[in-house]
Amino acid sequence: MLTLFTKSSEKSDLLLLALFAIVVFAMPIWLAPFGAAYPDLMQRFAIFGIFATGFNILFGLTGYLSFGHAAFLGVGSYTAVWTFKLLGMNPIPAIISAVVVAGLFALVIGFISLRRSGIYFSILTLAFAQMCYNLAYSVLTPITNGETGLRVLQDDIRLFDAPTVGEGAPLISHIGGIEMQGMPGFYFCAVLLIVMVGVAMRIFRSPFGMMLKAVKTNQTRLNYTGVNTRPYTLAAFVISGMYAGLAGSLMCVIDPLAGAERMQWTASGEVVLMTILGGVGTIIGPIIGAALIKYFENIFSAFNDQTLDGIFSFLPEPLKEGVVNVTSLFVGDGWNLSLGILFVLIVVFLPGGVTEGLNRTGKFILRRFGIGRDPENEEKTSPAPGE
Amino acid sequence: MGILEVRDVNKNFGGLKALQNVNLDVQEGSVHAIIGPNGAGKSTLLNCFIGRLTPDTGSVMFNGSTLLGLKPHEINQAGVVRVFQTPEIFSELSLLENVMIPAFAKRDGSFKLNAWSDVGSHKAIREKAEHMLEEVGLADDRDKTSSSMSRGDKRRLELAMCLVQDPVLLLLDEPTAGMSRADTNATIDLLKKIGGRGITKIVIEHDMHVVFSLADRISVLAQGTVIVEDIPSKIKGNEKVQEAYLGGAHL
Repeated sequence: MLTLFTKSSEKSDLLLLALFAIVVFAMPIWLAPFGAAYPDLMQRFAIFGIFATGFNILFGLTGYLSFGHAAFLGVGSYTAVWTFKLLGMNPIPAIISAVVVAGLFALVIGFISLRRSGIYFSILTLAFAQMCYNLAYSVLTPITNGETGLRVLQDDIRLFDAPTVGEGAPLISHIGGIEMQGMPGFYFCAVLLIVMVGVAMRIFRSPFGMMLKAVKTNQTRLNYTGVNTRPYTLAAFVISGMYAGLAGSLMCVIDPLAGAERMQWTASGEVVLMTILGGVGTIIGPIIGAALIKYFENIFSAFNDQTLDGIFSFLPEPLKEGVVNVTSLFVGDGWNLSLGILFVLIVVFLPGGVTEGLNRTGKFILRRFGIGRDPENEEKTSPAPGE
Repeated sequence: MGILEVRDVNKNFGGLKALQNVNLDVQEGSVHAIIGPNGAGKSTLLNCFIGRLTPDTGSVMFNGSTLLGLKPHEINQAGVVRVFQTPEIFSELSLLENVMIPAFAKRDGSFKLNAWSDVGSHKAIREKAEHMLEEVGLADDRDKTSSSMSRGDKRRLELAMCLVQDPVLLLLDEPTAGMSRADTNATIDLLKKIGGRGITKIVIEHDMHVVFSLADRISVLAQGTVIVEDIPSKIKGNEKVQEAYLGGAHL
């Protein structure tokens, strides 16, 4: 169980993946007490889980911090909507074309950006993402429909829909008559999340993944070891861009609308936060981080003074008013403040993210009850504080 | 005909003439030491062999083809492998991974998108790496990360990383710098042990004890030029060498 959270477990990948699948599919049950078991939010957990997992293949393994991954999210979204418009509302072609097009964008942007490393690489990716955003927002309005956003219309071609879907039928993505909204939409995204996590696990465990970790540790040494690092980093960049494209297309599968704001730099920053919050370089961390941030966004932004009144109703009246006034700064529109505090606390006290916290707790419990004492393992699983 | 032929190499850094008309012939299978006082240009010369620096003029031929203009990974793939002055290792990875990476690079070339197989399933590579760790005496620590090792152990690890590639020419930049006498002797023994494999070696070294126990030939570099090249026994008594080193004091 604990190995699920560590950087490298030995075997039994399939078992871990099965465990993960059970946890994901059972989300409607165990998330209910947290008030998060509604499909809309769970869909977002899965979609941003995919986005962050892909981002972590680049950032977690190679250490290259891309600040422009939202560009691929947006490209995936636009491609998906265009596929809907041209081919019909089946999500499968939309997903495939989105992944391919996002991969091509990543190939071009990565090829140029990876000529530099460190902060210069980050700035280059940011610049490209902002260019994509501006192209989508204004320059390429005929393709992207500018600030209104791109949506599927009744008189679009939709080649394969025409015979089955009559006039005025709802423009919702569907497979075999099952509309990709609500719980079916969630399960569709959940299946893809599990598949993509499985793919990430294989990459982490492969010689390719090992080379990427070596890039992060000592790129100079790797070059003098006979490895051409550029194609390795480029491949990682393209793979993570394809993950982002997939996530972007899924957003349109559950809601066939693509807008330019999806490509803005704040969206690129969000996936960085998710990955760091959850635990860089771990399989499960970025997904936990994505879920935490989306949960905060939804739950805390929905709080208002009335709900706070309810929560603190046990306090005496004057005290309650004060507490409500202070806490109300951190909810509603101010939910970002709560997130900021959480982020600061985690980065300062748990540089390995939430997964490090879980690891420490797990080890504490094990030691407490004297089971599985293994000093060697302990050294391996806890990253150095300064990491 | 040497396996490495260096002809009239010049390298200037601004006004500083780091290398002036350096010539070097390294015979296949021999151990060739390059010695000289600090700032003589030893490391600069080595950097010209591995693509870190490009000489202003002159040629560097390895096995009949030039090394100049090649990228570091291409030079490595050609069989020229270097041990650095400060050990360059993958400190966040396990010792076994440290040695498996060069083994993969040797087998798969400079790039291979091998993203679907488990590292552990490559048995031949794994066994080769384990064997190499055994040879340098680090087999017991193979699953530990290399960040907490002593400098001597790091050096031995780096040596294993280089040897696992079966290099044709091994460049050793001060392999015993900063080591205790015991570690130095262990390293000499190790280098002698691997000497039997026909790997040509170039050793840069300050420690004369190391140089005279290993080298077949010695080139003495001073102020960017080779002042003497000879067999060790003749170098010892050479006046030019003593002049270059300590202004006449005996070695």
